[in-house]
Amino acid sequence: MAMEQRIDPLFRPLSKQSEAHDISMRPSLTNVQQVVRKLVKNKLAMLGLAIILLLVVMAIIGPHLVPYSASDQSLLTKNKPVSAEHWFGTDDLGRDMFARTWAGARISLTIGVVAALIDLIIGVTVGGIAGYMAGRGKRGERIDTIIMRVIEVLYGLPYLLVVILLMVVMEPGMLTIIIALSATGWTGMARLVRGQILQLKNQEFILASQVLGAKFSRILFKHLIPNTIGVIIVNLTFTIPSAIFAESFLSFLGLGVQAPDASWGTMTNDAMGVILTGDWWRLFFPGLMISLTMFAFNVFGDGLQDALDPRLRE
Amino acid sequence: MSHYLVKRVLMMLLTLWIIVTLTFSLMHAIPGDPFASESDQLPEQILANLRAKYNLDEPLPVQYVLYLKNLVMLDLGPSIKSDTRGVNDMIADGFSASATLGAQAIVIAIFFGITFGIIAALNRNKWLDYAAMAIAVLGIAIPSFIMAPLLINFFAIKFPIFPVATWGTWMHTVLPSLALAFGPLAIITRYMRASMIEVMNQNYIRTAEAKGVPTFALVVKHGIRNAILPVVTFLGPLIASLITGTFVVEKIFAVPGIGKYFVDGIFNRDYPVILGTTIFYSSILIVTIFLIDLAYTLIDPRIKLTNKEG
Repeated sequence: MAMEQRIDPLFRPLSKQSEAHDISMRPSLTNVQQVVRKLVKNKLAMLGLAIILLLVVMAIIGPHLVPYSASDQSLLTKNKPVSAEHWFGTDDLGRDMFARTWAGARISLTIGVVAALIDLIIGVTVGGIAGYMAGRGKRGERIDTIIMRVIEVLYGLPYLLVVILLMVVMEPGMLTIIIALSATGWTGMARLVRGQILQLKNQEFILASQVLGAKFSRILFKHLIPNTIGVIIVNLTFTIPSAIFAESFLSFLGLGVQAPDASWGTMTNDAMGVILTGDWWRLFFPGLMISLTMFAFNVFGDGLQDALDPRLRE
Repeated sequence: MSHYLVKRVLMMLLTLWIIVTLTFSLMHAIPGDPFASESDQLPEQILANLRAKYNLDEPLPVQYVLYLKNLVMLDLGPSIKSDTRGVNDMIADGFSASATLGAQAIVIAIFFGITFGIIAALNRNKWLDYAAMAIAVLGIAIPSFIMAPLLINFFAIKFPIFPVATWGTWMHTVLPSLALAFGPLAIITRYMRASMIEVMNQNYIRTAEAKGVPTFALVVKHGIRNAILPVVTFLGPLIASLITGTFVVEKIFAVPGIGKYFVDGIFNRDYPVILGTTIFYSSILIVTIFLIDLAYTLIDPRIKLTNKEG
């Protein structure tokens, strides 16, 4: 009896039904669901995504919407302003700018995505190996040092300067652009992944996995890379526009896509000659597309970065 | 300190040597020789003399050693397309124009970038912030080769304030400098805003505020001094992007700078010019990055150069 008196009278034993209240009010969300929810709430990022999707759809169907091909020349229709026949006007060879703009979108987006994917594969592999090897005996340390030295030298060069040099040496064409862009482009991704891995690999779950006898490749692909995937995806959304920018930059200088193929960069360059005559559509449409692409990928990447940042979780 | 400096200078020379070697091999990996197109028009003896003038008759390793020897004497060799003017003359010629553009662009980008970043951070989520961020987004979205014709269209054709397509007075440098500065300005604005927001949320800022430090002193002495470091790290890539930016901007505005010689060199397949200007640009970049590293210690006394990672 003495025991019961000491207990605060406000404490009562719970009935069976009230256990239901222990269940959380909100359904628990997986990591991916949380990221998606946060991303969908970000209006600017969604606008970016919508623009990206629109550009991709137009790159696929755009050239088929008009009865002209990107390289059809016609002296009768040259330098025509925007009209019902030519939605984006025509250039000085009478080529339809609408068809050319979307043919250019195909080239730009393909180069951007393929170059970024190659950067991703090389960067993740090299960065992953360097990060894992660092601090693993003399041999591992040496491998990491060699990789980092190579990256340092490549990283210290102006990216576009190297790409220009490679383009001078190789035959011009889409494949060459992709090779030239990926030749130095992977270093950024490799540095990033190495830094992440260095941070991760001293954590307990890696040690546990090692104690259990997991192989190097298993630890790398099952533990280290999935944990860095967020940063990798964010980096990807920034390497795609920078590859697209580099392609238009090269094409603008006359080193990229060669005639009669259309690229936003070559179209902008062609428009330089008529800038004084007031044929505004020549510069406006390719310029707008380059800027929209840059804008869309950058704001989407920013939104994704915020959504993936665990410090900003509710 | 002196130990660190010696080590850094040696590393810089090594990097430069690697760049020279790579570029040299790249330029000589191209099949054929620069006089291939003339070979059926010119007599054999003249061709042989031409090759001899550019040391092309020597085996490749000898050419390489000769090139390095000349390079140590700061001689970048002759140009192939212009028989009277060497690469040194071209760089000396273009330097003042390119340096003027580059320096003005850096000043514009840093000054306005930092100012906009601070204004945005101090007025977070108000219209001034949105305005600054709009400028930043536009600067990142619009490449210099689109910005340049836009500027020409508005400030030289619609409203003829600035002259274009010639070079001479300071007025001619305004538009190209702006076109060049716009992108870096946008990136500095973003960096500065993010960094300033983080710093202004630190405890020492609150302490200073609680002690009654006036807002101006708080922002300048405690805020900017701490927030500026991440921006300084960005200056290396900034110089690199300015250099590549000059290629298109000098082309569009017909500026007689080094970038123009480089681009012309590409079109003429003038390999000594391409090689020489690349080495010149790389040296500038390497030296700048070194100077930026030294500048860290002035801004942030917590960083000591004697640490290996400096």
